[in-house]
Amino acid sequence: MQLLQLVISGIAQGCIYGLIALGFVLIYKATETVSFAQGELMMLGAFGGLAGMTLFGFPYWLSVLCAIAAMALFGVVLERVVIRPILGQPAFSIVMLTIGIGYVARGLITMIPNIGTETHMLPVPYKDEIWHLAGLVLNVEQMVVIGATAVLCVLLYTLFRYSKLGIAMQAASQNQLAAYYMGIPVKRLNGIAWGLAAAVAAIAGLLLAPITFVHANMGFIGLKAFPAAVVGGFGSLPGAIVGGLIIGIVESLSGFYLPDGFKDTAAYIVVLIMLVVKPNGLFGEKLSKKV
Amino acid sequence: MRFIFKTDYGQDIRLAKHGGHLFWYGALMLVLLAAPWLVQEYWLAQLTFVLIYAIAGLGLMLLAGFTGLFSLGHAAFLGVGAYTQAVLTNMGLPFPLALACAAGLSAAVGLVVGLPALRVKGIYLGIATLSFGFIVEEVLARWESVTGGNAGIHIKKPDMFGWTLDSAEAFYFLCLLITVLATLGILNLLRSPTGRAFVAIRDSEISAQSMGIHLAYYKTLSFALSAALAGIAGALYAHQLQFISPDQFNILQSIDLLLMIVIGGVGSVHGAFLGAIFLITMPQAIAMVKDYLPPTVGQAPGLQGLVYGVVLVAFVLFEPLGLYGRWLKVRTYLQMFPFYRKGMFKRQKSFQKSERLK
Repeated sequence: MQLLQLVISGIAQGCIYGLIALGFVLIYKATETVSFAQGELMMLGAFGGLAGMTLFGFPYWLSVLCAIAAMALFGVVLERVVIRPILGQPAFSIVMLTIGIGYVARGLITMIPNIGTETHMLPVPYKDEIWHLAGLVLNVEQMVVIGATAVLCVLLYTLFRYSKLGIAMQAASQNQLAAYYMGIPVKRLNGIAWGLAAAVAAIAGLLLAPITFVHANMGFIGLKAFPAAVVGGFGSLPGAIVGGLIIGIVESLSGFYLPDGFKDTAAYIVVLIMLVVKPNGLFGEKLSKKV
Repeated sequence: MRFIFKTDYGQDIRLAKHGGHLFWYGALMLVLLAAPWLVQEYWLAQLTFVLIYAIAGLGLMLLAGFTGLFSLGHAAFLGVGAYTQAVLTNMGLPFPLALACAAGLSAAVGLVVGLPALRVKGIYLGIATLSFGFIVEEVLARWESVTGGNAGIHIKKPDMFGWTLDSAEAFYFLCLLITVLATLGILNLLRSPTGRAFVAIRDSEISAQSMGIHLAYYKTLSFALSAALAGIAGALYAHQLQFISPDQFNILQSIDLLLMIVIGGVGSVHGAFLGAIFLITMPQAIAMVKDYLPPTVGQAPGLQGLVYGVVLVAFVLFEPLGLYGRWLKVRTYLQMFPFYRKGMFKRQKSFQKSERLK
């Protein structure tokens, strides 16, 4: 029973990692760049929700939708203004650029007087509710995380499988040049991918906020989503979620059964093993270059 | 503009290309030697920090700037060096031996981390080194019997066979000596076949491999050398601060090191020094202008992060060659005075290279 309990809380945490990892993978698939600012986008999303609820006094659903829409717009603008000018440069430049964006986001949030430096509670309607189910104590916040992730996965799957936009994005991610020749506006799609990634990050932030609290440094959790993305295979959307779940469950179990210190490093130990054993991840594609 | 008439192959690899180099670097050396008498104690300490960070920067530059492998966990090597030095010095080992052990142990750790680098590259390597950095930080915090845990550890003054370097000046000269040796070592390495192999790997692994460069050997060597330099820098860092704790070697320190070489200029030895100067003077500059800003901006704790972020984004977008690249442009402009053309340093447009195909 205890094991099941641990697994469930691990799954909830893993969903958060998975959602952030989903953002990495979306951007990576579309533009071959890795965004180190994903955690900060999540933090901005959570602050956006907080602003909607406390500052403007919107009801919960409206402020959630507003935060997600605002972050999606922010992602598109970010791609247009900062990322697009240096596309095609070495991966290193873009990594540094996104690290810089993360610094700026964190710095700007702490600049807001009285709000940025404090730790806030997101007043969600399901705060502190608990379900009892056959001996299990289920935290509603965690159940909401799992449920929302599942719904989001279905939505994204439908988008990529059936919609014109999703199929165009898949084509662009497989071969940009060929997609461009087929009349797909690759640059615009890159912008949309960033917008989508920012929106997913905002959702992750809004889901995580009731569990941890909203503060300027909550974006550091994004660093744990990298292992999730790698374990699942960096170019695979379902891989990101599965990787997140694996990391979440391993972390939760090692926090209980192993000595102190393993909880924080479990994710990194798993990813190092994964990189040595199977560098392409569980669902990664293996292609080789023709010289 | 100076034109060098080459009559000898030796001139191609000479360290000082012409008399101007000798004169200016000699002058710089004299100023640095005279610094303890020229500046106050506080600024001397800052100068020592610049030298220490420059050593670490040289190591990272060798890895990221010249071999093209980037490490997001370089602070871990700094930490390994610092803790080795602290533990060994407190056990009574003389400074040179402890320093050699610190460099050696860091290099050994670098070898281990370099192993995944043989199979993975690009962002995967970044994540491997990032993970490694977190693990080392955790080990430093948990291995309390040796490292003192989160409470940190104090370190004695450097001691060389009965002669204790207890003044700031003496330690400054020690750092200066090690920096000069490290710089000359790196310059010498870069003009040797080994250094050329590193650069070839950076530019294209496939062509390097087909020219007969053993990728695994050179990549591991690059990691080990880079880690050794970081270890030396860490050892000096420990002596300079006299107190170290695991949180000095966290991810933010790693990012600071990367930021240093990007702002200094990736792929130039000068860049490591310019970046170190930037990294050390920036907090001072921010502290100075803080009082003139409105209090909501000036007193915000995130100001430094914001400035770093903006500077970093601006450099990546507008000056990818960093401070050294900017200096090259200014120098070329002055040398060619009325004839400088706008497009001389134009960034080459390149097609997006796919990492998924390897």
